[in-house]
Amino acid sequence: MTTEPATPQPAPPVVVEGPAVDQPPAVEQPAAGGFADVAIDAEPADVDTVERAAGTPEESQPYAELGLQDDEYERIREILGRRPTQAELAMYSIMWSEHCSYKSSKVHLRQFGEKAPKSDRMLAGIGENAGVVRITDELAVTFKVESHNHPSFVEPYQGAATGVGGIVRDILAMGARPVAVMDPLRFGAADHPDTARVFPGVVAGIGGYGNCLGLPNIGGEVVFDPCYQGNPLVNALSIGVLPVSRLQNKAAAGVGNVVILMGAKTGRDGIGGVSVLASATFDEESEQRRPSVQVGDPFIEKLLIESCLEIYDAGLVTGIQDLGGAGLTCALTETAAAAGTGMRVELEKVPLREASMEPHEILASESQERMLLIIEPAKLDAVLAIADKWGVLATAIGVVTEPDPDAKSGRLIITWRGQIVVDAPPGSLADDGPVYARPMREPSDLILLQADRAETLPRPATPGELRQTLLTMIGSPNLCDKSWVTEQYDRYVLGNTVLAQPEDAGVIRIDEESGVGVAISLDGNGRYARLDPYNGAKLALAESYRNVAVAGGTPIAVTNCLNFGSPEDPGVMWQFAEAVRGLADGCQELGIPVTGGNVSFYNQTGSVAIHPTPVVGVLGLVEDVNARVPMGFGSDGDVIMLLGETRTELSGSEWAWVTHQHLGGQPPKVDLAAERALATLMGQAARSGLVSTAHDLSDGGLAQALVESCLRRGFGAQIALPEGLDPFVQLFSESTARAVVAVPRGHEKAFAALCDEQGVPWSALGVVDSASRSLSFRDLFSVSMDELREAHTATLPRLFGAAATDAGAEADDAGAVAAPSPKAAETTTDAEPATGADGEPAEPEPVQSADAPSAPGGTDQDGDARG
Amino acid sequence: MSARVGVVTFPGSLDDGDAARAVRLAGAEAVRLWHADADLHGVDAVVLPGGFSYGDYLRCGAIARFAPVMQTLADAARGGLPVLGICNGFQILCEAHLLPGALTRNQHLHFRNRDQMLRIESTATAFTNGFEPGQEILIPVKNGEGCYVADERTLDELEATGRVVARYLQGNPNGSQRDIAAIANEAGNVVGIMPHPEHAVEALTGPSLDGLGFFTSVLTHLAGTAALPAGANASGVSA
Repeated sequence: MTTEPATPQPAPPVVVEGPAVDQPPAVEQPAAGGFADVAIDAEPADVDTVERAAGTPEESQPYAELGLQDDEYERIREILGRRPTQAELAMYSIMWSEHCSYKSSKVHLRQFGEKAPKSDRMLAGIGENAGVVRITDELAVTFKVESHNHPSFVEPYQGAATGVGGIVRDILAMGARPVAVMDPLRFGAADHPDTARVFPGVVAGIGGYGNCLGLPNIGGEVVFDPCYQGNPLVNALSIGVLPVSRLQNKAAAGVGNVVILMGAKTGRDGIGGVSVLASATFDEESEQRRPSVQVGDPFIEKLLIESCLEIYDAGLVTGIQDLGGAGLTCALTETAAAAGTGMRVELEKVPLREASMEPHEILASESQERMLLIIEPAKLDAVLAIADKWGVLATAIGVVTEPDPDAKSGRLIITWRGQIVVDAPPGSLADDGPVYARPMREPSDLILLQADRAETLPRPATPGELRQTLLTMIGSPNLCDKSWVTEQYDRYVLGNTVLAQPEDAGVIRIDEESGVGVAISLDGNGRYARLDPYNGAKLALAESYRNVAVAGGTPIAVTNCLNFGSPEDPGVMWQFAEAVRGLADGCQELGIPVTGGNVSFYNQTGSVAIHPTPVVGVLGLVEDVNARVPMGFGSDGDVIMLLGETRTELSGSEWAWVTHQHLGGQPPKVDLAAERALATLMGQAARSGLVSTAHDLSDGGLAQALVESCLRRGFGAQIALPEGLDPFVQLFSESTARAVVAVPRGHEKAFAALCDEQGVPWSALGVVDSASRSLSFRDLFSVSMDELREAHTATLPRLFGAAATDAGAEADDAGAVAAPSPKAAETTTDAEPATGADGEPAEPEPVQSADAPSAPGGTDQDGDARG
Repeated sequence: MSARVGVVTFPGSLDDGDAARAVRLAGAEAVRLWHADADLHGVDAVVLPGGFSYGDYLRCGAIARFAPVMQTLADAARGGLPVLGICNGFQILCEAHLLPGALTRNQHLHFRNRDQMLRIESTATAFTNGFEPGQEILIPVKNGEGCYVADERTLDELEATGRVVARYLQGNPNGSQRDIAAIANEAGNVVGIMPHPEHAVEALTGPSLDGLGFFTSVLTHLAGTAALPAGANASGVSA
């Protein structure tokens, strides 16, 4: 039995490491006795071994700096029966951090399981890498949303990029092919100077990584609010599809099986990212932590996806786990703990980017694009051949060992050049972390905040004021057109994107033969949750549920990303507990289970926390994607109908914020029974073809929904608001359980009857009318399509540079997407674009039809960011 | 027997499945080709799909150009085998010197995905013979490095010989010289296009069905009924 040389083999980037895998690793080699053979030439061997730790019990250790409390450190000593080695201390500090152990949230999150409605669709739930939901007898879908908030503030591009990479590996680890991503994003005030640093970087990072992976980005959110100024929220969701029979798990079962590390080499990037970055609040030292943010390489991840899928299909895997937060430490301990086995790992076999890395650095590294595979020895060669085919590094680093005869689990023994540096029960790291029932107290300012209602604010009264309010609202940063963002994402790749942003939900076809697909939406509203976290969480769930339903999906499962301030603040902890309770109750009422999620604490600067921001994702089944319902009016004469009841609900609304910078009162009433009725109605209407379009009402109310439905395909509308209720309230109230639909002429009666049957209130608002080239409200005001488009689309280019949306193409609103008009282009073929004096081609001149008046082409020229 | 159209997968190819779907929807058999396999397996035409081959390391298409399959493909293309390079495929064709010029970073420095109007400028190629001259079509564009550049003489020559195959209309999405979206080689059997016709082949998932014309055109070409300019089609169908 030979021992590997001390210095890692310098291997070419795309070659499987030969010597390391020719034979099963030398695992049964006793630690003592192996010493003599080891060539310790690189550096002096002052590694903190288990033997040394046992002999130096009094040596002081920097556990507090690593984020461990006194009593937590004592518990580690108890578990080990000695002081931990340096490597063990690093592992415990990471695994017991808030990020990995959920120590503050665990006691609350239990409700998701306890209150979960029975569902025979759940194939894997909370605790797995991602929840898996059966769609048909043969096909399942897995989906999950995660946060990458802190890294994205420190290093926006890489933080956001690796957020995409991380969630995609979670999906991959379940046996699924990732098929789409979505990103709910929240930033500080749109006009704050630091937002101009964070926002474009985050968007570019998401695009840079996701586009290169070949995953369509089909939706998400972009929200600006001063409360996120130092704490942007960068959440990422991925969806994957798998044959039911290909479901994977992470258990390192089978004594003697080989532990393979596959993918990128391990470097110093991301060391301490989990225990330091994700668990500490930002302060002036953040700048110094920059190197601890991980750097991604989507090309390696793409190869990793393809090779893993090929390995799955060949039936070669016993267990698999992605490496994300806490890197190898988390993967090794979780896989062993899940199987109740032990593991023996030779750490020097891990391919390194820097030869001088020490054991604790290798164990803590969060280098991206890595997976841990548990493989039967007989299948090893086949696995390595597939890795080789795709040019992915795959290295045997250890072996699964027997459980202790007298214990439920085995031991995780990690050696470094023949010496034992870790000897611990894996379950103590993965499962037995501390659990806290933190003190909670309703924030003292809440009563006053709730008493300060927006319903008493001065409202626009005259038609002119209403018109101006509408234009201001649709151009406000949260309600304006988000093409500046979404044009940087590929939404077409894979060819199965049926609906993508700005539609209410993303819809993906998952089987080309049968046309079965899924709809998914992600929603959250920090203002509502600030006013009432219990109902705020329910409102997020309700909106997401509604979005899926109006697009033609039947909601079946829920994921969530809970973004909060410091759990050590009793006020924040109360908000968290209330939000979890609200979400769990809401899911119970709607009959759809939570399948997994993520908690992000410490989103605060100093003592100021972000608004509590639960982001909720709902997955819906679409039996035939041909029956999906888009949001844009597209057929003249369709009857526009409003579904649901409109109340005077302005507190927490976008209107109160945009026009009065006001936040106070009670958020809109939650009525999940009404949401359910609306969803049932929309499902029936979609299947029977009774509606041609549908659009959910949420932020900005009816006005926003009508404008979006008009602009989507360039069809105007004539509206007559029902008598009785203040037109302003009708246009801008944010009452829930509402939608706007367009019903083909002749179907109104049938549709109205269906509404009555389901008990959904309805009223006829008007008709789709493209010839009018305007959105008009009878007896009130009218706005031309061009003015609407200008107001809606100019905001982000004005704030962040026109580069990504040089206009012009949209000059002819009807022509741009739906029906290209032949007259639209009257350029001469020999025309040469203007060339700047410096020799560089100037901004391409948008070719416009001669009759396009005041086209937004002018808007891009003043704010050109190309420098 | 239907025509067999090869679709090459390089490490980092992303739209290979989409290209294969488009081939099938056009009525041909899609044959998956692997970058490391120099054998073209007797296909009648080849599509080099979009994506980020080799992670766009060094330069887009610069590494893919040296793949074993490309050595065979370059010879076959010079012999008349129809080859369509889409996006990254266009970049690879330029790197392989099967097409002139180069594709550089979008002028505005952002990746851009939008539905793009094009005008078909030449129907005398293996992939556009099914369009009307001057026909306007709508297909997605999505790239970060799609700005076509060449020296003035090359551009003039492309124009003079009718090798500008398609031009951007209603806004140039990347700053390409002379609004060029697609070009062909002298024989018209090799076409590079920056926008993505394979994403406009189904009403459900694309902005139009206009992309299908590229894939049906090559079948017409292979059937020998395409009206290519005299002398440009010396060996329209490969052996």
